[in-house]
Amino acid sequence: MPAFLSRCLTALACGTVLLFAGGCSDDQISAREGAAKKIFLINNRSEPRFLDLQRANSTAEHQINLALFEGLVAESKNSDRDVEPGVAERWEPNADKSVWTFHIRKNAMWSDGVPITAHDVVWSWRRMLMKELGSEYSKMLFLLKNGEAFYQKKVPAEELGVRAVDDYTLEVALVGPTPHYPSIACHTSWWMVPRHAIEKWGGITDVMNPWFEPGKMVSNGPFTLKRYTFRRYLETERNPRYWDAATVKLDGVRFYAIESDNTEERIFRRGQLHATYNVPLAKIPDYMRDHPDVISNQLNLAIRLYRVNIARGPLKDVRVRRALGFSLDRQSMIDNILRANEKPALGIVPPMEGYEGVKEFRFDPAEAKRLMAEAGFPDGKGFPTNLNILISKSEVAVQIAEAVQAMWKEHLGISVGIASQDYTVYLTSQQQKDYDIAFGGWNADYYDPATFVDMWVTEGGNNHTNWSSAEFDKLVFDATQCADAEKRLKILHDAEAVALKDAAVLPIYYITRTRLIHPAVKEWQPRALDNRLWKYMDLISPPPPCSMDDELKRD
Amino acid sequence: MTATAEEIDDSIRGRSLWQDAWARLRRNRLAVLCMVLLTGIIFTCFIGPWFCPWNPEIQNLKLRATPPGTMETLTEASWVNHGGTAEEWRELTNGGANPQKRRHWFGTDTLGRDLLARTLRGGQVSLMVGLVATLVALIIGVAYGAAAGYAGGRTDDIMMRAVDTLRALPFMIFVILLTTMFEKNLLLIFLAIGAVEWLTMARIVRAQVLGLARQEFVDAARSLGLQPGRIIFRHIVPNVLGPVIVYATLTVPAVMLLEAGLSFLGLGVQAPDSSWGTLIDDGATNMESFWWLLVFPSAFFSLTLFCLNFAGDGLRDALDVKSAKD
Amino acid sequence: MLRFTLSRFIQSIVVIFAVFTLTFFMVRVVKGDPFAGEKAMTPDVRRVMETRYGLDRPLYEQYFRTLGSYLQGDLMPSMKYQGMWNARIIADSFPISLTIGLAALAVALSIGLPAGIIAAVRRNSWVDYSAMSLALVGICLPTFVMGPVLALIFGLHFRWFNVAGWFESTDWVLPSVTMGLIYAAYIARMTRGGMLEVLNQDFIRTARAKGLSEGRIIIRHALRGGLIPVVAFLGPALAGITTGSFIIEKIYNLPGLGQHFVRSVFDRDYSLIMATVMLFATLLVTVNFFTDVLIGWLNPRVRFA
Repeated sequence: MPAFLSRCLTALACGTVLLFAGGCSDDQISAREGAAKKIFLINNRSEPRFLDLQRANSTAEHQINLALFEGLVAESKNSDRDVEPGVAERWEPNADKSVWTFHIRKNAMWSDGVPITAHDVVWSWRRMLMKELGSEYSKMLFLLKNGEAFYQKKVPAEELGVRAVDDYTLEVALVGPTPHYPSIACHTSWWMVPRHAIEKWGGITDVMNPWFEPGKMVSNGPFTLKRYTFRRYLETERNPRYWDAATVKLDGVRFYAIESDNTEERIFRRGQLHATYNVPLAKIPDYMRDHPDVISNQLNLAIRLYRVNIARGPLKDVRVRRALGFSLDRQSMIDNILRANEKPALGIVPPMEGYEGVKEFRFDPAEAKRLMAEAGFPDGKGFPTNLNILISKSEVAVQIAEAVQAMWKEHLGISVGIASQDYTVYLTSQQQKDYDIAFGGWNADYYDPATFVDMWVTEGGNNHTNWSSAEFDKLVFDATQCADAEKRLKILHDAEAVALKDAAVLPIYYITRTRLIHPAVKEWQPRALDNRLWKYMDLISPPPPCSMDDELKRD
Repeated sequence: MTATAEEIDDSIRGRSLWQDAWARLRRNRLAVLCMVLLTGIIFTCFIGPWFCPWNPEIQNLKLRATPPGTMETLTEASWVNHGGTAEEWRELTNGGANPQKRRHWFGTDTLGRDLLARTLRGGQVSLMVGLVATLVALIIGVAYGAAAGYAGGRTDDIMMRAVDTLRALPFMIFVILLTTMFEKNLLLIFLAIGAVEWLTMARIVRAQVLGLARQEFVDAARSLGLQPGRIIFRHIVPNVLGPVIVYATLTVPAVMLLEAGLSFLGLGVQAPDSSWGTLIDDGATNMESFWWLLVFPSAFFSLTLFCLNFAGDGLRDALDVKSAKD
Repeated sequence: MLRFTLSRFIQSIVVIFAVFTLTFFMVRVVKGDPFAGEKAMTPDVRRVMETRYGLDRPLYEQYFRTLGSYLQGDLMPSMKYQGMWNARIIADSFPISLTIGLAALAVALSIGLPAGIIAAVRRNSWVDYSAMSLALVGICLPTFVMGPVLALIFGLHFRWFNVAGWFESTDWVLPSVTMGLIYAAYIARMTRGGMLEVLNQDFIRTARAKGLSEGRIIIRHALRGGLIPVVAFLGPALAGITTGSFIIEKIYNLPGLGQHFVRSVFDRDYSLIMATVMLFATLLVTVNFFTDVLIGWLNPRVRFA
């Protein structure tokens, strides 16, 4: 018996040791080593699900692609609103801004040395518009003349509004006048993919085509893919063939996928990250007070809101919906729960350069009470008690829902429940319009108010509220046909006002992105869209002193 | 004939087993202490709220995350909010002469709700989940396990392979299925958890019964013409009570931990209601900033599990017939 | 023995098949599908995706197609991590969970067994109480408290270990201890109970009467029978221990298998759910089989009863 037992334990111990030897072979570098080697360590929050540039649809993939690829134009370093040359060195529109001509720089090439030509762009955009690719961003390219028709296979490729005039000249014909086209073209859906590499490794639309694996992937951005270990990290390295390689400061970027706020904060304090993805809610005020030099807080082009299903019971009445909106003390939620300098959302569109948003939902409990009484529910009497706020579990969503629940109880005298569901059920319920009120949000795809306004059109894929207004639909359509940038923004403003008046969407707050940034980081470049401009970022070694040195420098 | 046999049977075992067990249990001081403590916790959670001036769901965002012992000055509105009446308020304040202040003994949480009230409410939920789910597991598990063990042979094989099958199914899917099919409520959590926990119970009972089913007193009962159901419940089950009780006292903590795990995943108790699991989850995310959010609910939780374990061991020892000869 | 093995083998195949079938239909009854996302898919894209993964086919056809693949040993590609094979996901993550699980088992046994034995031998004394109290620490706090607390103390305060990640040769320690402490508590209680049962039996009295030393009695004679409940508990639990824990992997940011069990369900990644569940089921029947054999060996009286 003891022999048996000891044999078992020995076998267990040996097996364990063997496994360790094989299990942990990855190298880890600390933030200080990273700074010396110019390798940026950033938490990207989640694992990329599609490494194919044209299939990517989440922020995690987006951040990686910003390091690996580059489009015709790029977001400007100086302003969120402007663009700067990328693969195209210059461009010009025609008179009504519906046809744009891009001149591709002659020294632009893929990381394997193959030059980038206008034909690559044409091929890439045709691939993007292949239905079989299954890309969720294909519809961004419906802006191209015949884009949608080509997608539906109603016209041949030649009629698609993109044409290579010669190797270095690209002509882009759009469905209508689009004065802000360059800022739309910054989005990754308009970027190009390496035709020669994709065709070498498999079918054009085959999802198992391994062209994006390390060693196979060819890219055209400041970095190339070096290694990728699933659920550990993805590392990129400097691309010497990038046309602007002289500007690039970093030698590599390592993207981690750490999901928990608390875990990444501990890793940061252990001195193993240059930038976190977020900061634990409870710790934001502490960091702002004690380590203002480490925490970065930047207003983001994104909103958090409640969708109201206007087909549900008392929510059919616009007065009830407006009362719900007017009785939310948004500033109190920000001061007491969120505490990261968020801004109360009175309209749908976050603060943006050049656009004056509608300020509808100020906090007005008296008006809310009056509306409720008018709708037949004075002090909440007779209001059904079976309405629920649908959320999926996140600390913020739960706390906001609990606060909203208390506010509606206090100001309107009504009781609503909270239904917390798993994420997929939460999304599916909204798509099937099987909810009363649902917490949600929207992050801008590009720097323009339209990205927040046009989603509420009748039967829009992300509307989910049953709300529909002919007046609103018409305004949104008019905006797409307007060549005058000023006038177009005015039309969008009117559309926003129409949507808010009907209160199918109750804006709550405009979010900020809060991160912990290591003192070694130089040129972090806060951005409204939170797109990192990897080519300008830098690390200093040794890192300058900071208020957290007693922790960060301990090893 | 049958009745006589049962009478004899009852009169013999009934007295000797339970009275001896009780005597042995009383000698085990730690077990008694734990049982007293456990009763105390249960009483505190279910009766305490009557004496607590705070409602566990009423927020005061101005007093968010205040440390234990913070004083709050009440107004008539907040008095009524927390469940008082206007007359009481008039009496207490004596027309404004006596300003009313109350202490938050455990501090407040991140939405300014009284932590003591929430801990007590959470205790009600967790204890109910623990006890009811364990009871469900106990009933199904004992009946199933005893039936399988008694039947033996092919029936036993089929029944036990069914248990294996259920055990291998993904529990999360089952929980999500339940929460989407029905309105989510506490009963559902009891059911879901009980539905999983009985599997282990069934295995344990079956293993014990397998040995007993072939012993002489069972043969005797069978030869007296008793129905299998009667034999199982009156003659076999009492004999496996020892291991069953030990496992039941292991199940209560397991269930409470499972509920906590579900809360961590957002599938537990629905906000703004609380359980010890949700409170501890909340406390764990805030532990470096507001220690009391973790310490008070955890203290209750740990103490309960601790007591359950020692009380369980004490019960086991007391019911252990063989050790009676010591 | 051969007969028993053969019959259990056939039964096991039936169990695995039943798990396969039940899981397949259960996941499709649950609300939602693999293509739900924050930004809704257009109907066109949805149709393409459904065609790509055969979800547009009738359910029975999907079932037989999946069954056919599994019979050929093909675990199919993941529906959510596009371009990834399920077999690769499992091959990458299972060794990590196995390592942590086995180390956790070692931790659990090295705390639980001695504590349980000592407690049983010095029954109802302060030695018993303190040994058991020590062993119980692990289940008095949920893992999502124990994990961060250990990371803060040993990772941030003492800096002995990394707070998270899977890089260095010591990164298994904190997760294994967190996990092991839970099982230590169970093992200690099971051992104590089992040992008490045995220590009162006649053959132990005989051994004592023969004047054997107490240590010898315990190790040579009592342990064999006393371990039966532990084995009966640990056997089935082993399948769970070695396939990882979602909560521990999230707290320590580990690339293990446990997260895929939970995440695939939350994502409704039908094919990854299937792959993980089948792995678990196979493990479970295997360990159950060996547990039964081992119990038979430890306790000759119930041998293949």
